[in-house]
Amino acid sequence: MPEITDTMATTIENPVSGIDQSSGNFKYDMTYDFDAGTGLNERTVDYISSVKKEAPWIRDFRQSALKQFFAKPLPTHWASKDLENINFDKIRYYLSQGLKPKRTWAEVPEDIKRTFERLGIPEQERKFLAGVEAQFDSEAAYSNIKEAVSKQGVIFMNSTEGLREHPEIFRKFFGKVIPTGDNKFSALNSAVFSGGSFIYVPPGVKVSHPLQAYFRINAENFGQFERTLIICDEGSELTYMEGCTAPKFSTATLHSAVVELVALKGAKIQYITVQNWSSNVFNLVTKRGLAHEEAEIKWIDCNIGSRLTMKYPGVVLKGRKSRGEVISIALANDGQHQDTGAKMIHAADETTSTVVSKSISVGQGRATYRGVVHIPRHLKGCKNNTECDALLISTNSRTDTYPAITVRGDRHAVQHEASVSKVSAEQIFYMQQRGLTEGQAMSLSVNGFINDLARQFPMEYSVELKRLIDLEMEGSVG
Amino acid sequence: MAGAAPAKPAAADILGGFTPEVFARHLASQAAHPAWWLERKRSAYARFESLPMPSRTDEGWRFSNIAGINLGGFLPAQGDATPPAAAALAIPTAATLTFRNGRLAGSAPLSASLTAKGVIASTLSDALARHPDLLREHFMAQPQKLGSAKFAALHEAFIEDGAFIHVPRGVEAGSPIVVVHEVSGAGAAVFPHTLVIAEENSRVAVVDHFVSADTSRQFACGANDLYAGHGARIAYAAAQAWSQEALSLQFNSTVVRRDARVQSLNVHLGGRQARHESLSQLQAPGGFSEMLAITIATGAREYDQRTLQIHQAPNTKSDLLYKNALLDQSRTIFSGLIIVDPDAQKTDAYQSNRNLMLSDDAESNSLPGLEIQANDVRCTHGATSSRIDPEQEFYLKSRGIPPKAANELLIFGFFEEVLNRLESEELHAALRSLIRAHIHR
Repeated sequence: MPEITDTMATTIENPVSGIDQSSGNFKYDMTYDFDAGTGLNERTVDYISSVKKEAPWIRDFRQSALKQFFAKPLPTHWASKDLENINFDKIRYYLSQGLKPKRTWAEVPEDIKRTFERLGIPEQERKFLAGVEAQFDSEAAYSNIKEAVSKQGVIFMNSTEGLREHPEIFRKFFGKVIPTGDNKFSALNSAVFSGGSFIYVPPGVKVSHPLQAYFRINAENFGQFERTLIICDEGSELTYMEGCTAPKFSTATLHSAVVELVALKGAKIQYITVQNWSSNVFNLVTKRGLAHEEAEIKWIDCNIGSRLTMKYPGVVLKGRKSRGEVISIALANDGQHQDTGAKMIHAADETTSTVVSKSISVGQGRATYRGVVHIPRHLKGCKNNTECDALLISTNSRTDTYPAITVRGDRHAVQHEASVSKVSAEQIFYMQQRGLTEGQAMSLSVNGFINDLARQFPMEYSVELKRLIDLEMEGSVG
Repeated sequence: MAGAAPAKPAAADILGGFTPEVFARHLASQAAHPAWWLERKRSAYARFESLPMPSRTDEGWRFSNIAGINLGGFLPAQGDATPPAAAALAIPTAATLTFRNGRLAGSAPLSASLTAKGVIASTLSDALARHPDLLREHFMAQPQKLGSAKFAALHEAFIEDGAFIHVPRGVEAGSPIVVVHEVSGAGAAVFPHTLVIAEENSRVAVVDHFVSADTSRQFACGANDLYAGHGARIAYAAAQAWSQEALSLQFNSTVVRRDARVQSLNVHLGGRQARHESLSQLQAPGGFSEMLAITIATGAREYDQRTLQIHQAPNTKSDLLYKNALLDQSRTIFSGLIIVDPDAQKTDAYQSNRNLMLSDDAESNSLPGLEIQANDVRCTHGATSSRIDPEQEFYLKSRGIPPKAANELLIFGFFEEVLNRLESEELHAALRSLIRAHIHR
């Protein structure tokens, strides 16, 4: 089990909450061969498209998306006013190292390896992981698909390569689950996307090892706009993991990804995210899956970092008996707003969906659950179950719940429940009596609160999660 | 960032029949009242004129049929001398006030002993002359936080008269004081109002009964203010049975002071489109607000209920239970929010919305919300939408009970949980029979 001893030992930078943010505090000088400058206009988009040597249809797609981005207002009539603090003119929209994606570990540059070292993943484990694609700024700097996986016919590459080499597969689904104009930020991503994964799993193939990718932001004022499209053909199965940590910057930075999943008949996709951007990042992500007949899509979404996260993973249940699930964990500390949730759109008979959300607010942190459950007319036998639990640690912590549930017809069962509570003083007292410090007791208690969800993560992730919660809870009491 | 500005709507769309000329006529008819009252009306009318109509992007109107909120074709109701047509609720009463088209049309006064104790069950007109200070302090004194500021201003501008109920310190008013608000005539607009002030440690029960004398298209824009002083108890019930063609907008404000308890139940049966906004402010420790509602939605009707429970002090409690039975092509919207202010520790708040779906074409929308800024609280909410428990349905079928009768039994079973919260057996029975009559109409 990995231990990040060096980060544990560093000085605590945030005296209010006692969070050790220095673990993300590293940044390497890079020589950016390709840089689109700051700000956004048609030329930026053309530049990105040219550098990537894209087909004309992609360039047109980007340009039309840009128009939609400019036309759409910020959603501040319901969302946080903090969005108005994003200065779109100061953001760099494209940055590439000019490195070709690497195939073997030996070819990966030393500095990037050092970054991995700081992430605390031992070499042993890296090799064990099925395929690691680490996005270093805009382009995938390292990409390794386990031999067995490619032998199974799985395509796993970055989005640029995917669109270039397999347009016949990806073009059909690209931008179909999340249309460009879905929201202002999906339009932005569609205009300037780079990086991200494209995965195709052939019929009946069960990918036994989870595919994994780490994303990092590594330049001042630089936003990351990765685009991920995963297609699981009939009866196939895939688990994909995405984790991110980011260095600490002085000015705000923007991350706006679009992730589209397509599960064809009987396929199963599980998409796991652990988000730990530094606390100056705006993380505005659109994630949605399309589940065909008897298919299953499960989002496991864990948000610990960032200044403002707005992310509502969704499943469109298009085929009969399809299933959608969102498991969401959010931890909001001082200065953070985790605005997360789920969208379940039922569009066929006998579809079922489940949402379980647990949030923890520490200090002046704010955690928000926002959800949509939609069951339109003339369907039968749809079920949804939603549970939202919020834990408030400090006297001035804040939590909100804003679900919207629409049900038409009398042949469905929909249930929503939410509760808000604090850590039991008796539990803490008991543990302190047994010799634990208040901080340790608090940490145990919080880990207990999310334990049943954390157990659903792959082992490395749940260990990482536990460690992150320990770090967040240090000094949060008193 | 905003897109192209929408074309400016015509004045008729914003004002409907409530034009400056119509307002001037109304104001002239109120000339006998004090100057401050007329001034309030003037400023309310100015607010009504300047505030925009609700739009699709207003969160407070999410899912509402905004096109249905059309003020065109309505005019303030004229006085109507025909005797009230409504069948009275079969309950013992302490007093009755009957308003027809906004004007007092009949009353059964309080007993001499209650009058001697200082209890008042009278009209706003009367109170304007005799208790202006109480009126100034409590009439429409609370903020409009749920989206209808424009229509609340319309109410204040055009209100003709209303009920004024005042119970002095330590007095118990006994049986309910019943206020009947009746409207007649096509295109008539009424602005019913019931103001209840329960002073320290007093106790009062009030029933509002809203009825139409005919089945035409009418507009009711009503409000009620409930104020429970320290240790006071108010039991309030409203039965809304406007014409099936009516547009109804109703705003409730409840203020709960130290150790006071308020229970309010709203039964919604009438209207083509009815919106009810209910705001409970728990202002001092020990306060408790119980908010109950029953809705039977039939035909293509829409019932839009918006609630807000604000806990402004520590150790307060609120409990909301809204139940909707949906038939035919009806729609319901429940949007509730619990706000716990930063210092309101030890808050105990509950919010529950249950939708019983009885038709394949009905649609329920639930938006149960929480905004919590204190950590030592117990706050939960729940929303469900489903059909009758199939086992119960099967049981009734197997006993040979016809589907229609079975449905009715199940609807009453569903509502019983709410009605059982009422303290008065008589009111419970009277509301049951009102609901039964509505189902069998």
